[in-house]
Amino acid sequence: MEKLLLLGDEAIAQAAIDAGLSGIYAYPGTPSTEIMEYIQASPEAKELNIRSLWSANEKTAMEAALGMSYAGKRAMVCMKHVGLNVAADAFINSAITGANGGLIVVSADDPSMHSSQNEQDSRFYGKFALIPVLEPSNQQEAYDMVHYGFQISEQMRVPVMLRITTRLAHSRTGIARRPVRTQNKMSLPSNLKQFILLPAIARKQYRELLGKQEHLEMLSADSGFNQFFDYPENRKLGIIACGLAYNYLIENFEGHKVTHPVLKVGQYPVMPAMVNELYEKCDEILVLEDGYPIIEELIRGMLNKGKKVMGRLDGTLPRDGELNPVIVAKALGIEVTPGNSVPAIVKNRPPRLCDGCGHNDAFLALNEALHDYSRGRVFSDIGCYTLSALEPLEAINSCVDMGASITMAMGAADAGLVPAVAAIGDSTFTHSGMTSLLDAINNNAPITVLILDNSTTGMTGGQTSSAYGKIEAICKGLGVSEEHIHVIKPMPKYHDENVDILRKELAYQGVSVIIPRRECIQTLGRKLRQKAKAKEMEVQN
Amino acid sequence: MKKDIILAGVGGQGILSIAACIGMAALDEGLHLKQAEVHGMSQRGGAVQSHLRLSSDPIASDLIPEGSADLIISVEPMESLRYLPMLSRSGWIITSINPFINIPSYPVIELVLKEIWNQPHYITIDADAIAKESGSVKAANMVILGAAAPLLGLKPSSVEKAVENLFASKGKDVVSLNIKALNEGRSYALKHL
Ligand SMILES: Cc1ncc(C[n+]2csc(CCOP(=O)(O)OP(=O)(O)O)c2C)c(N)n1
Ligand code: SF4
Repeated sequence: MEKLLLLGDEAIAQAAIDAGLSGIYAYPGTPSTEIMEYIQASPEAKELNIRSLWSANEKTAMEAALGMSYAGKRAMVCMKHVGLNVAADAFINSAITGANGGLIVVSADDPSMHSSQNEQDSRFYGKFALIPVLEPSNQQEAYDMVHYGFQISEQMRVPVMLRITTRLAHSRTGIARRPVRTQNKMSLPSNLKQFILLPAIARKQYRELLGKQEHLEMLSADSGFNQFFDYPENRKLGIIACGLAYNYLIENFEGHKVTHPVLKVGQYPVMPAMVNELYEKCDEILVLEDGYPIIEELIRGMLNKGKKVMGRLDGTLPRDGELNPVIVAKALGIEVTPGNSVPAIVKNRPPRLCDGCGHNDAFLALNEALHDYSRGRVFSDIGCYTLSALEPLEAINSCVDMGASITMAMGAADAGLVPAVAAIGDSTFTHSGMTSLLDAINNNAPITVLILDNSTTGMTGGQTSSAYGKIEAICKGLGVSEEHIHVIKPMPKYHDENVDILRKELAYQGVSVIIPRRECIQTLGRKLRQKAKAKEMEVQN
Repeated sequence: MKKDIILAGVGGQGILSIAACIGMAALDEGLHLKQAEVHGMSQRGGAVQSHLRLSSDPIASDLIPEGSADLIISVEPMESLRYLPMLSRSGWIITSINPFINIPSYPVIELVLKEIWNQPHYITIDADAIAKESGSVKAANMVILGAAAPLLGLKPSSVEKAVENLFASKGKDVVSLNIKALNEGRSYALKHL
């Protein structure tokens, strides 16, 4: 079969379509976004009637996918690593309920924090939930693992996690497809109490999950994703390479032939006997993980009394950041010839708000309205507008997790920082800001909330925003009084007017909401181009 | 055959169209290919890069090992220097001389060019001017691709076919202007190698 040239994310999406997916649920987040986008754009998926709309957040996505699994169909839920924090309640408990239709949770980690607040390793969550985790070493394996993941999810009746990282998600290569499976028909669980996690049932279900662990280890020894290669040339050092790290390892050997015994890990829980085989044969062990030192810590143990185990914990590899071929080469003692260094003349070029972005005008007005107050009172959130932290605006003082702006402003106001300001994007507001606003209203907190409405999810590339057309109604419904809700136009010509409104509301001793509303120019531009194209097609026809 | 290429530019400059052409041409010649792209935050006007690897043998790492790239292809002069640590001592820089200034601290362009000219192997090209002459400044990326073409180890015909495919949906005129830009870039490079 001809190969398709696909990003890792797209390979996962195509695999899901081919493996008989009925629905995908997701909230955008780099580097996971392209999975949903591929399915939304796929004519095949449309023909197969695969459900593929964005969810309000990762938790609602996880729950919806679990509902589809309950009804017997195959479901996938995708998010970036921090999204799993939001979905964690549903995720951990889905391991206790178990799955009915195949259920795959894709969590995309971002070691080195290319576009994230942290570099947490989702494999921890998999271990925490006691479910199988698949970690591909390349894009083809990612494709294959989706097929396999649905299969073991249905066989073992547990959700399965697919853990990927930025480099795998955003690298393109040729992918060979497999035969297409048909979707499942609807069929409810044979035990209609399976999903009722009342203590008596949950205890039983949890014991069942614990009872499956040995079987899960056996599966990972048999699937082919974990393999022991006994290259006997150099038994002094044995190497464990997890996921993508395996590629960085073999990159360093002529013809990809490693001269040490290697355990390649792509599926968890790992069977201890497999690790033991390597451990017994070698004098020292090097563990390569593109993430936290999870396997390394397990083998080393707290007391570290066995053989020498090297990796991130003993300094053989950097403690943080993503791996690459040269870092691995250095750990192996292979000499590398560095290139020239970056000339001093080269200046940093950080990301910035697009020219003409409405966020810029909103923050210019806010900066001016706050001019007479002491600094340090603007709590912000996550989105393009977070770039207002940089020069020249330097307008915000926090960015922690989605929705945090409003509740942090409330807490700070409780501590006496009055007025406190929250700045949150439209998509972030419906993701996690609505409950925060409810808290603020119930506390009558003296805060001013800017809901920066660019009618899209800008930072991740302009996906539809769940908030679209609903913001005023939500605020009113939650109890913000109407005279303290203002929609303003963030444009230079309305600057003075906007500053006035902001000043008045900053002085108000309760919750006010200001909605600077102007469409993201990138989204707008794309819409106009699509429109022009559609018109052209019409003319041609 | 093995070529490791760093593509460099600023978010929004469209380095991925160059990557797409090289990728299509490589596939056409039956080569293996891996292309690591930057998506997400840096796309907002920040420095962006893509690692493009072509080989007749299977490729392991998505990332090019530091100090071993054969080419840096850049659509912006200062950006071409940012990835020098990736370039092998015998590698080439192919870059536009047209600066993209979106930071206040952007250095004097003459000094940037001097740094490039201090490197052992380079082709610097006024891509904007050549693209304009070819019909549209938007074709500057194809001028750069053309300038890099003699060093890619790919057949001229497969690169040309890839450019045709990339722009096919936009009509004949757009295709021919981009092909013109490609060929102008190539002949400039052949004179300056
Ligand atoms: C829990 C979580 N999910 C997803 C993301 C990824 N993310 C960062 S910013 C953003 C978009 C925010 O959109 P919006 O609030 O509308 O602001 P805009 O970028 O449009 O200004 C997303 C989805 C994240 N950082 N954390
Ligand atoms: S993508 Fe849209 S919201 Fe983001 S900076 Fe650009 S114009 Fe502003």
